[in-house]
Amino acid sequence: MLPNLETAAHAANLRRVVIEPVSRVEGHGKVTILLDAHNKVHQVRLHIVEFRGFEKFIQGRPYWEVPVMVQRLCGICPVSHHLAASKALDIIVGARQLTPTAEKLRRLMHMGQILQSHALHFFHLASPDLLFGFDADVAKRNIVGVAAVEPEVARKGVLLRKYGQEVIRYTAGKRVHGTGSVPGGVNKNLSRAERVELLGEIDTIIDWSKEAVDIIRNLFIDHATLYKSFGRFDSNFLGLVRADGALDLYHGGLRATDGQGGTIFDHADYQNYYEYIHEEVKPWSYMKFPFIVDKGTEAGWYRVGPLARVAQCDFIPTERAEAERIAFKAFDGGAALSAPLGYHWARMIEMLHAAEGIKELLLDNDLSGGDLIVRGERQLRGVGVLEAPRGTLIHHYRVNEDDQIVSANLIVSTTNNNQAMNEAVRQVAMQYLDGRSLTEGLLNHIEVAIRAFDPCLSCATHALGKMPLEAELMDADGAVIDRLVKGQA
Amino acid sequence: MTKTCTFTLDGKTIPFEEGETIMEAASAAGVYIPHLCHHPEFKPHGSCKLCTVNIGGRLGAACTNRAADGMKVDSETEALNADRRALTQMLFVEGNHICPSCEKSGNCQLQAVAYHLEMLTPHFTHFYPARDIDASHPDVLIERNRCILCELCVRASRDVDGKNVFGIGGRGIKSRLIVNSASGRLADTNMSVTDRAAEVCPTGAILRKRHGFTVPIGKRLYDHHDIAEVPEAGLKEPRRD
Repeated sequence: MLPNLETAAHAANLRRVVIEPVSRVEGHGKVTILLDAHNKVHQVRLHIVEFRGFEKFIQGRPYWEVPVMVQRLCGICPVSHHLAASKALDIIVGARQLTPTAEKLRRLMHMGQILQSHALHFFHLASPDLLFGFDADVAKRNIVGVAAVEPEVARKGVLLRKYGQEVIRYTAGKRVHGTGSVPGGVNKNLSRAERVELLGEIDTIIDWSKEAVDIIRNLFIDHATLYKSFGRFDSNFLGLVRADGALDLYHGGLRATDGQGGTIFDHADYQNYYEYIHEEVKPWSYMKFPFIVDKGTEAGWYRVGPLARVAQCDFIPTERAEAERIAFKAFDGGAALSAPLGYHWARMIEMLHAAEGIKELLLDNDLSGGDLIVRGERQLRGVGVLEAPRGTLIHHYRVNEDDQIVSANLIVSTTNNNQAMNEAVRQVAMQYLDGRSLTEGLLNHIEVAIRAFDPCLSCATHALGKMPLEAELMDADGAVIDRLVKGQA
Repeated sequence: MTKTCTFTLDGKTIPFEEGETIMEAASAAGVYIPHLCHHPEFKPHGSCKLCTVNIGGRLGAACTNRAADGMKVDSETEALNADRRALTQMLFVEGNHICPSCEKSGNCQLQAVAYHLEMLTPHFTHFYPARDIDASHPDVLIERNRCILCELCVRASRDVDGKNVFGIGGRGIKSRLIVNSASGRLADTNMSVTDRAAEVCPTGAILRKRHGFTVPIGKRLYDHHDIAEVPEAGLKEPRRD
C-alpha cells in the first residue's frame, strides 16, 4: 500500500504532471502526479472530473420510470442500471420472486451485456496495449492498429460485441437503452423463432470467447514477470455469490474476503448493504470512496469486478469457464489474483461464462413463457444489486405512497473500485515513473493500470484511443514549463 | 336524392356531407391532415393550429372550417409543412418533453407528428419551464411537463364523463392545466381511472399509474407506422392491464 502518495506532505515547489483526459476508458478522468526536481513521485491521484446528479433529479419521478431513466447514466452497460433499478423496484412492488420467464429473460439480457461490454473492453480498448506493448508506437496502439496487424482478432472482437448487443436487442427492444425490464418482471418474452435465430451463432461465440481467454492467458505465461508485477497490490474483494458459492452475475448475497482469502462477511443480504459498506468523501474528488465498515476507511477499501468475482467464487457454473477459472487461480500459485492485469484474464473467463450461459438460457423453454409480471404487497424502500461488467452495482430507492421517488443512492461499480484504481496508479508511478524523465510511453503505463479495471467514469462517452493525452509540467506557481501531447513529437 | 358535395384537397376530389368540417371530410376519405387538439369524438377546438390549410387563398384550421362545395384546399405544401414543423418545435421547447425516459414514447401523438413532419431538432431555445407533477391520485398521474394545452382532457371530462375535473388556468405562456378541486389536487376530485379523460391525452401528461413501459418496443402504436398511416390509432389507447 502506498497511502503516503495520496497527499504529498509538502506540495510547494513540486511539479504537477497531468494526464487529461485518460484515454481508452469509458468517461472522463484525469491523473495528477506531483514530482520533485529529481522526478521523484510525491503524490498521485486519479480524479473523476464529471458530475452526474441522477440521484437528485429522479426525486419526484414516478418509480416505474426509473429503470428506463437511470440507464441513461451509461451508453456502454445501460442494462446494468436498467436491471439494478428494476431489482430494487421489484422489492417496492412486492415482487420478491419473479416468474421463471421474467427472471430468465433478465438473466439473458444481462449475459448479453456482459458479453458485449467485456468484448468491447478487451478488444477495442485494452488489446492495443496488450498486443503491442505499453510503450509501443502510439500511432499503432489503437483498435485500427490491431485491425491492421491482427485482423482476425479485431474482427472477432467486433462480432462478439455485436452478438451481445443482439441478445440485448431481442430482450430489451433496443441495443442501447431498451425497456425490456419493468418493476415486477419483463414486458416481453422471447419467441421460439427468436431463440433459434440467436442459437444459430452461439457455438461460434463460445469458441471465440475461449480463444480470447487463450490470448490473455498466453500473455501471462509469455510475460509472466511483467504481468504478475505490474501495479501489483493486495486488497479486499467484494462481490455477489450464489447461495451455493457459485459465480452469479445477476443475483446473490454479498461476499467480502481479504487479500488472503479470509472471509470478512458472506451471503450478506444486500437489502442491508449499508450495514456492511459506507462511503467516504475526500475533498479532491467528486467520486466517493466506499469501504467495508468492519475494517474502517484505511483498511476497508476493496476491489470489485471480474478479478474479485472470479477470485472469490467457489466455482463457475458453466463447464468451460470453470476449467479456465481453475487454471487462472492455479497460475503461479495465485499470482494473477493480485495483479491489476489479472482483471483482463478474469474478464475473458467471464465472457466465456456469459457465452455458455446464453446458450443454456436460449435452450430453456421458460424464455417463451407468457407469465411476465408479478406484483405483491407494496413496500416503501428497495435495494437492487447485481454484478455489472465492471463490478458490484447498488441501487437503493425510497418511494412515497403516491408512487414518487423520495430518495436514491447509487453506488456504481467504478466507485467501488475508486481507491483500488488510485492504488494501482500509485504502484505504477513508483515502479515506472519515479526518478525518470517522462515520456508518452511511460505515462501510458499509468493508463494501462487504470484500463485494467475497465472503469466507467461517467459513463456514456468513450474515446477509442483518439482522445488527446496531454501532460503539462508546471512550476509551483502553475506556470507551464513543459508540455507533452500524445501523437506529437 | 341528396346532391353529393365535393371539394379538392391537394388536387384530390373529396366528397363530404353538409355540415362536415374539412378535417372530418378528409379523415373520412382517408386523407391525413396533421393535428393534435382535434379528436373526432369532441367538438373542434382549433388551438394547436397544426391542421392549418390553405382554403382558396386564405389560411384556416381544417378542424374548424366547414367544407364547402367546390372549395379548393391545399394541405401538403412545403410552406404549410414548414409552419407545422415550427409549431411542433415550439410545443417541444415550451414544455419539458424528454422522450428517452417518457413512458408515452412510441405511443405519443406529439412525438409521432414530429416524426411525420421530419422534425430533426427542437430548433428553438428550450424554455425549460418549472412545472410540477400531481401524483396524489391513486390511479392517475398528471405530468404537466408534457401538457400541450390541447384541452382534450377538459373536453372529455366535461362532455363525456360529466365531471369537469380539468380546466386551463392562467394566461398566455403562463397557461397551465388545473384541477377543479379546492386543494388543486387530483386526489380531491371524483376522477376515476376509467374516465374518458384518463386516456384521451395525446402526450404523456395524463397517465394511468404503474403501467409505464409495459408495452415492449416494437409493439407500440407508432413503432412501425407513421401517424399518417394510422391516424385513428392514438384516439383510444388500448388498455394494457
